[in-house]
Amino acid sequence: MRAMTFASRNSKEILRDPLNIAFGLGFPLVVLFLLSAIQANIPVELFVIDNLIPGIVVFGLSFISIFSGMLIAKDRGTSFLMRLFTTPLSASDYMMGYTFPLLPIAILQMVICFIAAFFLGLEATANVLLSLLVLMPTAVLFIGIGLLAGSLFNEKQVSGICGALLTNLSAWLSGTWFDLNLVGGWFKTISYALPFAHAVDAGRAAISGNYAAILPHLWWVIGYAVVILVIAMVVFSKKMSGDQ
Amino acid sequence: MIAIQTTSLTKKFRNKTAVDSLNLSIEQGELFSLLGVNGAGKTTTIKMLTCLIKPTEGDAAILGSSIVSEPQTVKKKISVSPQETAVARNLSVKENLELVAKIFGFDKKAADAKVEEMIETFRLKEVSNSKAATLSGGMQRRLSIAMALISDPQILFLDEPTLGLDVISRRELWTTIEKLKGKVTVILTTHYMEEAEALSDRIGIMAEGKLKSVGTVPQLLANTNAKTLEEAFVQLVKS
Repeated sequence: MRAMTFASRNSKEILRDPLNIAFGLGFPLVVLFLLSAIQANIPVELFVIDNLIPGIVVFGLSFISIFSGMLIAKDRGTSFLMRLFTTPLSASDYMMGYTFPLLPIAILQMVICFIAAFFLGLEATANVLLSLLVLMPTAVLFIGIGLLAGSLFNEKQVSGICGALLTNLSAWLSGTWFDLNLVGGWFKTISYALPFAHAVDAGRAAISGNYAAILPHLWWVIGYAVVILVIAMVVFSKKMSGDQ
Repeated sequence: MIAIQTTSLTKKFRNKTAVDSLNLSIEQGELFSLLGVNGAGKTTTIKMLTCLIKPTEGDAAILGSSIVSEPQTVKKKISVSPQETAVARNLSVKENLELVAKIFGFDKKAADAKVEEMIETFRLKEVSNSKAATLSGGMQRRLSIAMALISDPQILFLDEPTLGLDVISRRELWTTIEKLKGKVTVILTTHYMEEAEALSDRIGIMAEGKLKSVGTVPQLLANTNAKTLEEAFVQLVKS
């Protein structure tokens, strides 16, 4: 009950910030339409909608990190969290309260991206739904990254780290903009040591109906998501005691 | 009955002793001010008493519950209005009050009734649907104190409640705080002499983490042969 009360406040804080909506939903859609326009004029296998949409969804989800990171950083920057720390809210209430509101926002963001993709020629099949499910752990991963960043850094730093660095890095290393096999070498090795390319590949495998290829990629994403969430929880608790 | 009893309460940060063996007793219903310059240890004391940080040594009993071994019990009895205005900026006045009421376990009906009561008491009706971020500094501070009182705390901690406010807002807030006297035990930290003098039943003067003297204003003046509280304060801090 307490966690849900706190979660409800966090939803309102996020959704009442017009910049969040503009960046979180607007930017991925603009990129989707732009790349589809390129594809229409100069066909590139990578930008065929079936290949493109999982990458766009992962790119869009990277903005969820900004939402969660900024919210915690803002709360830490003011005395608001200090006030809450003197109330009967428990550590798990905080974590659930910060995580829960972002899940429906992430799902909504994914659904809107897929709906836009239907208009650009994506076939409406059960595999699209599967792809959406397969991309869910990626949402949790980005929420965790945001929680961690918000617990460690201030508002300005979070906007730089999650807003500029993470969104670009996760996009470059995901194989959405260019084929990682074409670059190869250490770049490909690093990309596949991180979860972003695996997230996109799992989404693509789901859409194409290549079910056997989903899990080997998905485990990477789930593993990273769990580890980062646990680290975020530990850091949040420790950092807050330190701040006080 | 005693509301707060500290026993050798101490907080050290690496080599610095922020609060040094504080022994203090505060009665229920009392308005007690902790007076001191910046860095005297007032806020650290409040943070220990509200279970935000653990003491390095010693303990304090809040209405009989230990801040070290029973922090969750303590948290149900107290409330804090922090130094910086602590409100959710994108939430309306009403939503901010509701949030705290529900966190303290009030059901919807009880929460609504408490919200209305606080809005009435703190004269927030006109702005009840406005976002907290749009309120003036004085109004935000009133909201912050209303949020602290909505849970019906037995002890209220006000950390520098009038810091940065203009004279009118400060006086308005004094009136609000005075109304709490006798109903709630209030611990107020301030470095404004006139504020401590106007509001307090007793004053504790802190310097370099130590409690230099405790008493009513006449007692402090008599002990230091001073004519004003400011004179007494300077003497005690420099001693």
